[in-house]
Amino acid sequence: MALLEVKNLQVRVDDREILHGLSLTVNEGEVHAIMGPNGSGKSTLSHVIAGKPGYEVTGGEILFKGEDLLGMAPDERAAKGVFLAFQYPVEIPGVATMNFLRTALNAQRKARGESEFSTPDFLKKVRDVAKSLNIPQDMLKRGVNVGFSGGEKKRNEVLQMALFEPSLCILDEMDSGLDIDALRIAADGVNALRSKDRAMVVITHYQRLLNYIVPDVVHVMSKGRVVKSGGKDLALELEASGYAQFEDAA
Amino acid sequence: MNVALAKTETGRAVSETFAMARSRLPGAGKVADARRKAFESYERAGLPTRRIEDWKYTDLRVLMREVLPLAAVPDQSALAKAVDAVKAAAVENACRLVLVDGTFAPKLSDLGGLDKGLRVQSLRETLDAGADLPAAATDDVMVSLNAAMATDGVIVSVDDGVALTKPVQIVHVATASSASVFTRSRVQVGKGARVTLVESFAAVSGAKSYQVNDAVIVSIGDEADVAHIRLMDDATDAVNISSGLVTVGAKSKVNFLGLTSGGRVSRYQGFITLAGEGSDLSVNGVNLLKESQHGDTTLVVDHAVPNCTSREVFRAVVDDRAHSVFQGKIIVRPDAQKTDGKMMTRALLLSDDAEADNKPELEIFADDVTCGHGAAIGALDESLLFYLRARGLSEKEAQALLIQAFVGEAIESIADDGLRDAVVAIAERWLAARG
Repeated sequence: MALLEVKNLQVRVDDREILHGLSLTVNEGEVHAIMGPNGSGKSTLSHVIAGKPGYEVTGGEILFKGEDLLGMAPDERAAKGVFLAFQYPVEIPGVATMNFLRTALNAQRKARGESEFSTPDFLKKVRDVAKSLNIPQDMLKRGVNVGFSGGEKKRNEVLQMALFEPSLCILDEMDSGLDIDALRIAADGVNALRSKDRAMVVITHYQRLLNYIVPDVVHVMSKGRVVKSGGKDLALELEASGYAQFEDAA
Repeated sequence: MNVALAKTETGRAVSETFAMARSRLPGAGKVADARRKAFESYERAGLPTRRIEDWKYTDLRVLMREVLPLAAVPDQSALAKAVDAVKAAAVENACRLVLVDGTFAPKLSDLGGLDKGLRVQSLRETLDAGADLPAAATDDVMVSLNAAMATDGVIVSVDDGVALTKPVQIVHVATASSASVFTRSRVQVGKGARVTLVESFAAVSGAKSYQVNDAVIVSIGDEADVAHIRLMDDATDAVNISSGLVTVGAKSKVNFLGLTSGGRVSRYQGFITLAGEGSDLSVNGVNLLKESQHGDTTLVVDHAVPNCTSREVFRAVVDDRAHSVFQGKIIVRPDAQKTDGKMMTRALLLSDDAEADNKPELEIFADDVTCGHGAAIGALDESLLFYLRARGLSEKEAQALLIQAFVGEAIESIADDGLRDAVVAIAERWLAARG
């Protein structure tokens, strides 16, 4: 079943059109990779799906589980199961990570009409996930992402993904700023979350990440459109030949 | 010419108020003389206007207009009504000293089982026994008016070397409407003593449009350790003009936090003099203002001697059409070499109509000092808000979390967990009430 349907999406920022009629369908259980050069609109797509302010949708629609996603506030989207792992997770001084995680989890559960987690259940869940991601307990006591290394910030995103159990995960340039070891830990965390009910959209510049998170479908974006789709071999082709051919095609 | 105008607008009414109040004001002879002189110096100036630099942002002639007649001495029903307000304002495990409508209420206070070395009297008692009014070393007109009109207060002293086991909490409760309350208290902390002092201002429901003028004179001896917390949660149509006059001895540690969440018009003016070498002062303030509240925090830290450290952290959260004022002055006297003074003030504006004024001032007369200040005014960071909302927090929840973090930097300075939690709870209630 189609989990996410992006249909002929047109998006402007200020007076510039960034997406010129982008279409994409992601089914449950699938992992899609979106590749493309800088400025092709990859991050814009992820921001618009998550509901970041500052983007004007001038045409097209986004359906999530058949519902109109664009009419929902960012927090409603999160409660429905959309999760964006940020390229640059922000630092929030003064907000303890644990407090943030509990507030966010319970806000999502409340919005879905589910009961709040009890403190012991919550703590156990966080500890288990943190351990599997090699996140030390003292990191959870600090302010959200405050003083975290690049790798720690990305692992904290994966931790939230595991905790909130979204049905759609969008990973925006998860590999940026990570060394190979940090990338492997984060990718292992993501792979552990692959399931038949959950889809993932992996946005990346480089093929490297896709060695660790192997996609079912690869899309190439250029100048605000998907210009080619294929299997995982398409990523290898791109690595060899570069994006230039598609820039012309667009 | 302005002064003459002021007399016809407000001067006459207040002189009548003073004349009527005189029979009720404790203290004869030299105290009565001192009151008359204080009143005359107030009367010459009238309510402060924006033309007086120190009151530039808080023009009381506009905001307050007049001094209301004195509140009546509370009767049994007023005292009974005050009980719940005292409970609501109570800090856990504190020794409470309650003033209702400007009159000490022994029955509502915890006078039994005081710590050894802690002594408490009412101002009225001490004046009746022939003592002087607690003196305030300032020519501020509102402090002069306070000296003229103070009906009561508490006189607290802690002996040398005594570490109090409980906080001392002075609770001011208003039950009267359209009346004024004047209180004056003194707290003396002996050499090497450890004291937590809490001042709370609250009202019973139904108390409306009253005016509070309080002055607390605090003298801290050498090698003392004092935590001083002030929580002002008066009715949102009340006026509260309060002054703290603090003198700190040598090698002492003083930590102050003021939280203003109540009052239609309020001003807290703290005059703190570091009079002994090697002391460490931390002054923190939080204004939480909404609707059309006007809250002014004015601090003067006077480094009179060498080798002291002062740190000021002030945070204002301003919503709706509210107006927050912070004036911070650091004075470094010619002798006060090796002074280390810093002041950081930040205001968060939650609406387009909110206003914040920050006025930092450094007056440095010594040449070997480290002094600095910083001031910033802004809105909540959109990228942080979006991150939180993308994780499922509603707009209000996301704002609340960020606002708590913002004021947390000032509240963190409270060492006692229970007191810190009590202050955090006030901030949380304020946030929840934003709806």
